[in-house]
Amino acid sequence: MNLFPDHETQEATISVNSLNHYYQQGSRKQVLFDINLEIHAGEIVLMTGPSGSGKTTLLTLIGSLRSVQAGSLKVLGCELLNATQAQMTLARRNIGYIFQAHNLLSFLTVYQNIELALELHDVTAEVADTRIKQLLTAVGLERFSHSYPRELSGGQKQRVAIARALAGEPKLILADEPTAALDKQSGRDIVAILQQLAKEQNCTILLVTHDHRILDIADRIIDMEDGRLSQEVPPLQPRPGNLSPGIEQ
Amino acid sequence: MKTDYRATSPRQKRPLFLAWLQLRQKWARLLVAVTGISFAAVLMFLQLGFRGALFSSAVEFHQSLNGELIMLSSRYRSLISLDRFTERRLYAMAGVPGVQSISPVYLNFIQWRNPDNNQIWDIFAIGINPEHQVMNLPGVQANRQQLREPDTVLFNRGSRQEFGPITQYFQAGDLIQTEVDERRIKVKGLFQLSPTFGINAYLITSDLNFLRLAEFRQPGLIDVGVLKLEAGADVQQVLAQVELHLPKDVKVLTKEDYAKAEVAFWNTSTPVGYTFDLGVVIAFIVGAVIVYQILYSDVTEHLPEYATLKAMGFHDRYLLMVVYQESLILATLGFIPGVLIALGFYQVTHWATLLPMTMDLGRVLFVFVLTLVMCLVSATVAVRKLQTADPADVY
Repeated sequence: MNLFPDHETQEATISVNSLNHYYQQGSRKQVLFDINLEIHAGEIVLMTGPSGSGKTTLLTLIGSLRSVQAGSLKVLGCELLNATQAQMTLARRNIGYIFQAHNLLSFLTVYQNIELALELHDVTAEVADTRIKQLLTAVGLERFSHSYPRELSGGQKQRVAIARALAGEPKLILADEPTAALDKQSGRDIVAILQQLAKEQNCTILLVTHDHRILDIADRIIDMEDGRLSQEVPPLQPRPGNLSPGIEQ
Repeated sequence: MKTDYRATSPRQKRPLFLAWLQLRQKWARLLVAVTGISFAAVLMFLQLGFRGALFSSAVEFHQSLNGELIMLSSRYRSLISLDRFTERRLYAMAGVPGVQSISPVYLNFIQWRNPDNNQIWDIFAIGINPEHQVMNLPGVQANRQQLREPDTVLFNRGSRQEFGPITQYFQAGDLIQTEVDERRIKVKGLFQLSPTFGINAYLITSDLNFLRLAEFRQPGLIDVGVLKLEAGADVQQVLAQVELHLPKDVKVLTKEDYAKAEVAFWNTSTPVGYTFDLGVVIAFIVGAVIVYQILYSDVTEHLPEYATLKAMGFHDRYLLMVVYQESLILATLGFIPGVLIALGFYQVTHWATLLPMTMDLGRVLFVFVLTLVMCLVSATVAVRKLQTADPADVY
């Protein structure tokens, strides 16, 4: 079974239909109610909402980190409802993740942390080296390639995390509060890099945030409250550039 | 920026050696782990060393006998569980085709007085015909003819201090006179037999002197008969011939089987073999617990990182391999100093006890395999913790 057919960009990158989700600790508690959502290739979508509203749950479901219970969830053309563990693991390889905590491996250098993402892909030594150096330059950390994460500032670590997420050239980036632990300037830098790189690779981004300072990068903003997606709100101001759905390189 | 990195090429990127990079990070913990594994390996080596020394020292006498077939009483069990038989049984075999010569041996514990402090200790006396080359030991070959003199003995170079500093006196050229079973004797030479778990020291004398010293022993009732075969004779064939005429009160074994019977006696009829086997098992468990502790805390500490790896799309199998690789690295790093330390302990133990503690390749491999198994078992228990690394928790 080919999990990832060569899909054309007409198909939505993420397609959620009537998704419901429950937590089963003690009593059965519903956390997501009838979610419907389509995100197209190249779109940058921000998801906001109060804590506990189910944003992260939805993000982990889309990221194939949690089993879908009811409804339909298609990511990059692959249905995740009733997917096996192995299928879920494979699905993750086409997604780049950026976490609130950078989650870099402490015992690896900056270079090795990015290299690790390439372990999953069939690459030659030269291609890997070129790719890693390109990414380090893109995030402005070429001088730090042999540093360990503990030697870096919070913003620098998050930039390494972005480079790692992009190493495998994913078609989809999922980010959870990537700027929460950063000061204003670092936060702006991070989203700028993210936006720039996503544009270059025609990559879709779904970003959960509370951070009002970065809302302007969005093509679209969706709001989650009590497990329901509310009406989409328009971006605060029109984004420069034209990363609209369906754009070709 | 678009690079076709999925192209296959002969020079694939070398995978990151995650296990080693991770172990290397916490060098203090790595040191503790390596020390613990070395400790377990040393314990196993010592137990096996004692066990091996027990068995090899126990059969030094047997192997020194200059003959291919050995006659014993059918009730004989071991050097410390003797039974006598009449030497006529042995002489009856002199005519069997293929037998070149026969020689009787008397064995008994007798009392030796330490010439320095007059303490009395039991010594294992061997009475041989001084005209025959009964025992292939350098000191015996050279000095046996001197035993024709009354009340002379050869003394055991490898014997313990309790018997007095006989070796030093002898080598200094002093005349050593002491008492054995109330008779004054002279030491005429030295030979080398290691102490065993049953015998502290040996003494070799002529059959006539033996009967003088052990007055309670009856001439003609012997403990061991040595049959020397003609050059080129087939041992099994002669043995079959011998057994044709064999009365029920005696048995004849090849020298190898005689030695094996001694080992079997110590292994099964005394607690000694079991004790050392148990020692090995306990060392194994101690080592396994240490490795488990190290790997478990390592996995626990890196759980968020493992969850991240899972979220990135690594299979559980990849993470299992990392932990197993760690355990193999630990096993190897711990084993190498373990062998060296064990060699040191062997030497020290040999000095202190005169037991023949020797290392052989078979034992090195055996302990290495035990160490590997120990680490793999611990890893198998520790990786169960990996299942709790939930990729959904990393957000």
